[in-house]
Amino acid sequence: MHEMTPPPGATAPVFYEQEEHAHGDGGTLFGFWIYLMGDSLIFAVLFACYGVLGRNYAAGPSGADLFDLRLVAVNTSLLLLSSITYGFAMLEMDKERVSKTLTWLAVTGALGAAFLAIELYEFAHLIREGATPQRSAFLSSFFTLVGTHGLHVTFGIVWLVTLMVQVRLRGLIMENKRRLMCLSMFWHFLDVVWIGVFTFVYLMGVMR
Amino acid sequence: MSQVVEPELAGKPHGHGESHGHHDAHGSQGTFRSYMTGFILSVILTAIPFWLVMGDVLDDTRTTGIIIMALAAVQIVVHMIYFLHMNTKSEGGWTFLALLFTLILVVITLVGSIWVMYHLDQNMMQMPPHEAVQKP
Repeated sequence: MHEMTPPPGATAPVFYEQEEHAHGDGGTLFGFWIYLMGDSLIFAVLFACYGVLGRNYAAGPSGADLFDLRLVAVNTSLLLLSSITYGFAMLEMDKERVSKTLTWLAVTGALGAAFLAIELYEFAHLIREGATPQRSAFLSSFFTLVGTHGLHVTFGIVWLVTLMVQVRLRGLIMENKRRLMCLSMFWHFLDVVWIGVFTFVYLMGVMR
Repeated sequence: MSQVVEPELAGKPHGHGESHGHHDAHGSQGTFRSYMTGFILSVILTAIPFWLVMGDVLDDTRTTGIIIMALAAVQIVVHMIYFLHMNTKSEGGWTFLALLFTLILVVITLVGSIWVMYHLDQNMMQMPPHEAVQKP
């Protein structure tokens, strides 16, 4: 009764029978992946918006006037570094080392916070110079796109701190590992979006 | 007919406890080596576009634009493979299918919007910037 019965007409068990644990985690990771795909559609629409409006300066300042690429380079390195430190946290998690996992998570959070601080400094600087979101279609779409990414990073840090408290209180139990793996996807996904931002918005914006 | 479903269910009852262990083994799916490979590739793929633009290496901005867009695309693939552990096998291929579907939608959204709006722009009456400023 419990032996493998191939479906009618099949000579060998098909993939969904061999992978009995396809949803061993209850499908959470796959579900979260679907959420990320939806999130990337949000960013696709914002990128499209910027692509259409990004050159409409309304006689105001352009990207070449406003962007400081050195700041963007620092920001990019911070986010890239935070990606690899989160990776190290995941490796420590695999080895069941609670304190080292927490340390790497803290480093990741600090790098994320530094990224946010520089981004907020940049925004404040732009607004002080009169380059507010209301100034032109270019600036509206710029602030919406980069701001949405920054908001994602903010919530990522909130989530990260929450999970650090959880891991400290309850240790690396199955549920916490699952949550950390979801946040891992979220964090790396934000870095992927940032690749689009620094290329399409900052580097392309400065060139013309 | 119920026999066909049997093998799937058969693995579940005692498989549940094992599924945790199984997932432990999988863990984050990454190794130190794979993370470092991804990181070094990303650093190179980030440094080149910044160097091209900040150093004004190429005279032609169009060529520079195409190169940095291509490098960004490569870097996104690198991140997908080494950091997000994307492959065609996980979850029976469904994650990859979802990614492909999303990619198609993203391409339609981006290319479609920019293409349509560019042509709309071309066919609109020209408005000098100083007039545009006075519009609401």
